[in-house]
Amino acid sequence: MEVGELIGAVALGLAGGLVGGLLGVGGGVLFVPALAIFADQTQLEAESTSLLAIVAVAAVGTWRQHGYGNVRLADGLVIGVLSPVGVALGVIAANAVSERTLELGFAALLVFVASQLALRALRAPADDRDRGSPEPAGSDG
Amino acid sequence: MIGTAAGTFSGLFGVGGGTVIVPLLVLWFGFGERLATGTSLAAIIVIGAFAAGAQAIYGNVDAAKAALVGVPALAGVVAGAAVQQRLPQRVISGLFAVLLLIIAAELVF
Repeated sequence: MEVGELIGAVALGLAGGLVGGLLGVGGGVLFVPALAIFADQTQLEAESTSLLAIVAVAAVGTWRQHGYGNVRLADGLVIGVLSPVGVALGVIAANAVSERTLELGFAALLVFVASQLALRALRAPADDRDRGSPEPAGSDG
Repeated sequence: MIGTAAGTFSGLFGVGGGTVIVPLLVLWFGFGERLATGTSLAAIIVIGAFAAGAQAIYGNVDAAKAALVGVPALAGVVAGAAVQQRLPQRVISGLFAVLLLIIAAELVF
């Protein structure tokens, strides 16, 4: 690995972590290209290897956000434990229609969701720092 | 329900569950943005561990290369979470919308 590749991988890793902390995602959106471009991995290897980095980012991110009072641990664990059901459904769906159809369908869904989030951001009052954190009944916070 | 949806999409597209979990928590379940992103990270630990374990069995996970991006990412996530506390929640939604559009563009092109 050359110095330039090393710098590229480290920079994208740092950026992926930043996105993870800011937006609550694992950072794979940047880890996968970083590994594929700078670490000579195939797409499958990059997606697989990035999962390990994602778990580390999510663990540290959860720890920090829990310190800020922003984690409902029980809800998160339930979502996580149920996700393998979705993986099975996803595999079935992937075999039912073409990959291109799925990609375009998901892209359309993402654009729709992005528009909903953008509308929410635009409609929110200017001083909304404490808006929308519902007081959970029986939550473990 | 959210977990199932997140798993479906991550199974289909190899994207982390967070891109699905955060909008669902915010738009459908009335979570504030900060609470949604924090709770999403907790879910991703579980989802990512399942998926990483499965891929490791097939020998697709390279721990050294994971550390190459993962170690700097740990500094990034600590900084990102700290910055997030200072942002109005609407900004988090706005940034998330941008992230989703980038992923959508990647899928199309």
